[in-house]
Amino acid sequence: MLDLKPQQIPTSSTTDDSPSDVILQVRELTKNFTLHEQNNKVLPGVKRISFTVKSGKLTALTGSSGAGKSSLLKCIYRTYLTENGEISYLTAAGNWLNLATASEYEILHLRRNEISFVTQFLHCLPRQTTLDVVAKPLFDLGCERTEAKDRATMLLQKMQVPERLWKISPATFSGGEKQRVNLARGMVLRPRLLLLDEPTASLDGDTSQSVIELIQSIKQTGTGILAIFHDPELIAVLADDVVTVESS
Amino acid sequence: MQPILKVRELTKIYGKGCPSCLDNTGAKANTNICPDCGTVVAMQRVSFDLYPGEILGIMGESGSGKSTLVKCLYFDQSPTDGEAIFSDKGESENMFQLNAAQQRWLKNHRFGMVYQNPHAGLNFRVSAGGNIAERLLMSDILNYKQIRDCARNLLTRTEVLPERMDELPSNFSGGMQQRVQIARALATDPPLLFLDEVTTGLDLSVQAKILDLIMEIQQQLQVAMIVVTHDLGVIRLLASRTLVMKYGQVVETGLTDQVLEDPQHAYTQQLVASAL
Repeated sequence: MLDLKPQQIPTSSTTDDSPSDVILQVRELTKNFTLHEQNNKVLPGVKRISFTVKSGKLTALTGSSGAGKSSLLKCIYRTYLTENGEISYLTAAGNWLNLATASEYEILHLRRNEISFVTQFLHCLPRQTTLDVVAKPLFDLGCERTEAKDRATMLLQKMQVPERLWKISPATFSGGEKQRVNLARGMVLRPRLLLLDEPTASLDGDTSQSVIELIQSIKQTGTGILAIFHDPELIAVLADDVVTVESS
Repeated sequence: MQPILKVRELTKIYGKGCPSCLDNTGAKANTNICPDCGTVVAMQRVSFDLYPGEILGIMGESGSGKSTLVKCLYFDQSPTDGEAIFSDKGESENMFQLNAAQQRWLKNHRFGMVYQNPHAGLNFRVSAGGNIAERLLMSDILNYKQIRDCARNLLTRTEVLPERMDELPSNFSGGMQQRVQIARALATDPPLLFLDEVTTGLDLSVQAKILDLIMEIQQQLQVAMIVVTHDLGVIRLLASRTLVMKYGQVVETGLTDQVLEDPQHAYTQQLVASAL
């Protein structure tokens, strides 16, 4: 049976000299894109960024559009390959793993169990119900169906997604509704590390407030969060650390 | 965890071959015909691991060698060189060292194959139920009632009306024929399934249902699958990892979202840029 309680954060420090509550340490991360189609043109993505994420804390990424914030999140999630630098992550098992060089199987395991990524846009099949979309990460883990759906229901309620929408596909939802479904799916696992790409971008004041409350409650369960924010007010409310990404 | 399938340096050539065939062909040479001896190199030095319950995608254009790869692994063709180790229930078999009878046993008991063309995977002279029975008989299930029950269950699971199990496959639509093929492939509960362009040529709604069925099978039965397709959407939907092939060679491998969003090889970039 799947344990839905927050995963234990090991407190005893390993051989590494990092402080014990750091779960992600990015050092000098660099990413460029080589476009073979256009005479091997090289597009700069991210240039020598370093920062840490602590468990139970939120590190905010800010910077102008195109500075490479989303690329940075994708490098951590391995949707993009990192060119240079190190992404040290402390696994639930208590080992430090470099996500830039870890094997594909290690990354898949972490994605299924420990690291969630809420992207700006929700990708889902137009024939899947909202409830199934949110519960999918738990289904993939082999969690019991009703148990998974209960947890998905709880999150949809917290996100103020109206109940009449739960049985239809999010494909036809408004931007704000989609975003809340996307957030609910990212949080359903209770990940150890949560990557958020502008989680409140298309929300109105009220719903944005409920998302803020949810993020705060997730922090309290010990999840480390790395989030892209533009709004200085949100950063003031939620962030424990701020990293400014500059165009490379 | 041990890989269920370990493929190393698998090569298939048509022709007499010369020492420089492999180096003269492939993605860099931009051809799969050896300029020195005219040999066709359908697939060269392909290596990968497949783990239990995993779906591996293989994509590439026509003639890239992707079907040759699965046909060799399913013993439809024999490779010129290379090896494949199949591990199951604690035992490992060096697949191409086995004799014909042992290979047939593996094929009938432990592997399943779904072809693009139902004519390749089904016997059109016997009924849908008979097609499933054939595979059960080959794996030593001989009780009539047991066979009927099993066929009915499989057809129900793949959403073919069990009332039609005694009809010939030629009475069925293309999508239904494909479902019967999947039911037949699943008959012996194989831990490894090969899917060769299974949705190509079907209309969109049927495609979607077949893909949903494949995902459901993977979730419920934890079958490992190799999915060959040139459709990026199918790869994105099904596969956790992907190999990209061109002119018989693997030019890139990676997590599927990485291959599609941050392709490294010039050919993959071209392929991804060609998506509709």
